[in-house]
Amino acid sequence: MTPLNPRPLGRLFAGLSLLLAAGTALADYTWNFPTPVTPIARDTLHIHNEFMVIITVLFVVVFSIMVYSMIKHRKSTGVEPATFTGPTGAFQWFWVLVPFGILLFIDFVLMGIPAFHAVIEMEDTRTKADMVLKVTGLQWKWQYEYPDSGIKFISTMSTPREQIEGKAAKGENYLLEVDNEVVLPVGKKVRVLLTSTDVIHTWWVPQFGVKRDAIPGFLRETWVRIEEPGVYRGQCAELCGKDHGFMPVVVRAVPEAEYVAWVDKKKTEMAAAAAGSDRAWTKDELMAAGKAAYEKNCAACHQAEGQGLPPAFPALAGSKIVTGPLLSPEGKLIPDSHVDRVLNGKTGTAMQAFKATLSDADLAAIITYERNAFGNNKGDMIQPAQIKALR
Amino acid sequence: MNTATHTLDPHAGHAHHPTGVLRWLTTTNHKDIGTMYLTFSLLMFFLGGAMILAVRAELFQPGLQLMKPEFFNQLIGVHALVMIFAALMPAATGFANWMIPLMIGAPDMALPRLNNWGFWLLPPAALLLTMPFILAIFGIGDGAVATGWTLYAPLSVQGGIGVDFAIFSIHILGISSIMGSINIIATLLNMRAPGMTLMKMPLFCWGWLVTAVLLIITLPVLAGGVTMLLTDRHFGTHFFNAAGGGDPILFQHLFWFFGHPEVYILLLPVWGLMPHVLSTFTRKPIYGHTAQVYGFIAIGVLGLIVWAHHFMTAGLPVPALLYFMYSTMAISLPLAVLFFCWIATMWRGAMSFETPMLFAIGFIVLFGIAGLTGLVLADVAADAQYHHSYFVVAHFHYALFAGGIMGVMTGVYYWLPKWTGHMYSEKLGKLHFWLTVISFNFTFMPQFFLGLAGMPRRIPDYALQFTEFNAISTVGAFVLGLSQLLFAWNIWRCVKGGDKATDKVWEGSNGLEWELSSPPPYHSWDTQPVIKSTP
Repeated sequence: MTPLNPRPLGRLFAGLSLLLAAGTALADYTWNFPTPVTPIARDTLHIHNEFMVIITVLFVVVFSIMVYSMIKHRKSTGVEPATFTGPTGAFQWFWVLVPFGILLFIDFVLMGIPAFHAVIEMEDTRTKADMVLKVTGLQWKWQYEYPDSGIKFISTMSTPREQIEGKAAKGENYLLEVDNEVVLPVGKKVRVLLTSTDVIHTWWVPQFGVKRDAIPGFLRETWVRIEEPGVYRGQCAELCGKDHGFMPVVVRAVPEAEYVAWVDKKKTEMAAAAAGSDRAWTKDELMAAGKAAYEKNCAACHQAEGQGLPPAFPALAGSKIVTGPLLSPEGKLIPDSHVDRVLNGKTGTAMQAFKATLSDADLAAIITYERNAFGNNKGDMIQPAQIKALR
Repeated sequence: MNTATHTLDPHAGHAHHPTGVLRWLTTTNHKDIGTMYLTFSLLMFFLGGAMILAVRAELFQPGLQLMKPEFFNQLIGVHALVMIFAALMPAATGFANWMIPLMIGAPDMALPRLNNWGFWLLPPAALLLTMPFILAIFGIGDGAVATGWTLYAPLSVQGGIGVDFAIFSIHILGISSIMGSINIIATLLNMRAPGMTLMKMPLFCWGWLVTAVLLIITLPVLAGGVTMLLTDRHFGTHFFNAAGGGDPILFQHLFWFFGHPEVYILLLPVWGLMPHVLSTFTRKPIYGHTAQVYGFIAIGVLGLIVWAHHFMTAGLPVPALLYFMYSTMAISLPLAVLFFCWIATMWRGAMSFETPMLFAIGFIVLFGIAGLTGLVLADVAADAQYHHSYFVVAHFHYALFAGGIMGVMTGVYYWLPKWTGHMYSEKLGKLHFWLTVISFNFTFMPQFFLGLAGMPRRIPDYALQFTEFNAISTVGAFVLGLSQLLFAWNIWRCVKGGDKATDKVWEGSNGLEWELSSPPPYHSWDTQPVIKSTP
């Protein structure tokens, strides 16, 4: 009886070697950390390389001894087995203890001392920091704030759904591209403060050599000093729910002058958005803006047609909450109403308090859109100015 | 080791027990219960394996082809829980049940009824864990726990009914493990044959003694942690909610206070088994018996005080980072004692390479890679880069597959002739070994490089630069998974028949368990043996 048909197995191995050959032909993957662009990343790469050499040497030395023994001390060579069960005499004891002395030295001197210095440097977030970047993790996007200049925006993955589902060719930066990149000046020490509004996320850009958790209700910090202009890509590294794999981090490092120009541009944009909440919008304007904002902020869970993914993510089409009253007759917020949900979220669920991250105009547009799209046809609308008053 | 008296009991081999299903439901016999544990473990090994093959199939190419991210997240977490709690731990308990009484000359475990209960809690626990998958098909709930096996709050507070099912499943599994541990400690401390002092006790028993103590210390902490999670979810407490004065990181402390010793809980029984196998196939006594006993104890103690190295990126204060880094590095010393003793046991022996010996050597080499990469992971600065990446995934599969599962396979091949009275097929066993070792490395070696290149773990889809290594890993995983069918087939054949095994089974075997017949009578060591000479 042959338990294994050798032919499919042969095919598998043939396939495997083909894959390997294909792998060597495409040279865009790496065997080590990506090129470091911050002092920490350079340090980490250096330490990592050193450690890899140390453990490889340990591995080779220890297992050479074992392999030598496996070749020399086999029954088939007719050797008589020895009977010793431990070291005897000072000489043997000495040679038994030497490897442990060496290991102690490797652990706490060879590896321990550089590791100590690296930790101290890595955790020194405050000394001579030039600026602060505040990063907030949200399911499933990042919000960036520049406290010095008052800039604040959300950064969401921009890879189209069709590419993920295999209906379109995948782009060069598949899954690692966003609508709003974080822009940072080259050569400045940036203190990065991290927090989250819902679950734990982890902000990670491999080329920066830092990875730090964003924890709801707490501030964590780390720092970067980018030495080379360029675009650096990473992603969330802590499982944070459904779209954990789809919340990339993209940082564009630019020279100082370019950075200043970008700050001015962003400030102008912010001012335009703020002005939006004071003027009266037409319903068509709100619906158009609402559709765009809904697809960016809401559709991941509630889906493009508002059908949701019950039970975790309820449907909005025909929802009692969405089709309920807008505001109380006095224009006040009704608890657990549609507006309340969008503004303040629902604790214990993935529904977050969107008033923390979206502008008045976006909130008003989304609410108006949800009440009138998906066959809800409520016919009412809410103005950005009303949202502003409710904050 | 000699036995002085071994009188023939007229009832030896006469089993007074019900037959059929009732026998297995009511049995208090350590051999029956051991067999049930091992069978359950093998079934769960295939269940957990099937889950991860679905995951690997999804990861074969970039893009979402087979499943939604929600379902992907359920598979990875339940795979881990099944493999750890339902495959590896029951396998070790099965070994303990079968072998500890035989090795120490006891007629059975100290608490046979507790033993039966301990086993029969497992199937309902496994059912609870996996039932949400089935419920979801009927439109109830949104599937199994989707938080990864670590159940980190607040993600687990937010999760669906799968989390509640997992919490209750963990409670039941925990009760089962604690009862098993109490039983093993009671047996080892009270039922050893006269003359077998603690220091003369076989190393497998020592490995298990330390394991049992670790389980009793740490499992209540996990049970407490998940209970706090339960009350946060349903009863308005705020242990892990910062808005209510709680702290999400508290959950990580509670979880890993259990979770890190758990690694040693899974590995200590295997470390205890290795010297027996090496001594048997080198025909040479175990080197450093006492040193290994102290090594086990030292690893147990150190294992209890290093937990926070599992979340060094969570923003711990610098002194804590330094403490957890250096204490973790210190574990390399007792671990090196074990490696030293294993290789010294082989040195100047007369080796032959039957399947258990091949698995033992494969274990030592691959577990060596796990240990060495663990040493670099301890370094806080480098860890910032490795953490949450595929580097860690590769590292702990070298520890838990090559260390844990291959260690269990060593034990199965080593003891199967004793249990069944038949020899397994050496040819199939060796084929199984080589396929496993080669495909294992094809599966997990590329994951080290994926992690270094920056691929986070637990993502259902990935950027294009990770494609080649993922494809290799998936092919390796399928070969690895299918090779395990050979293992099941070989066991099945061995149970059904095959060449008759001698009592000693192996030329170089040594110890009380090899003095009994193969298979041993249903009730063995009715008369206690007396240990005269030193082992």
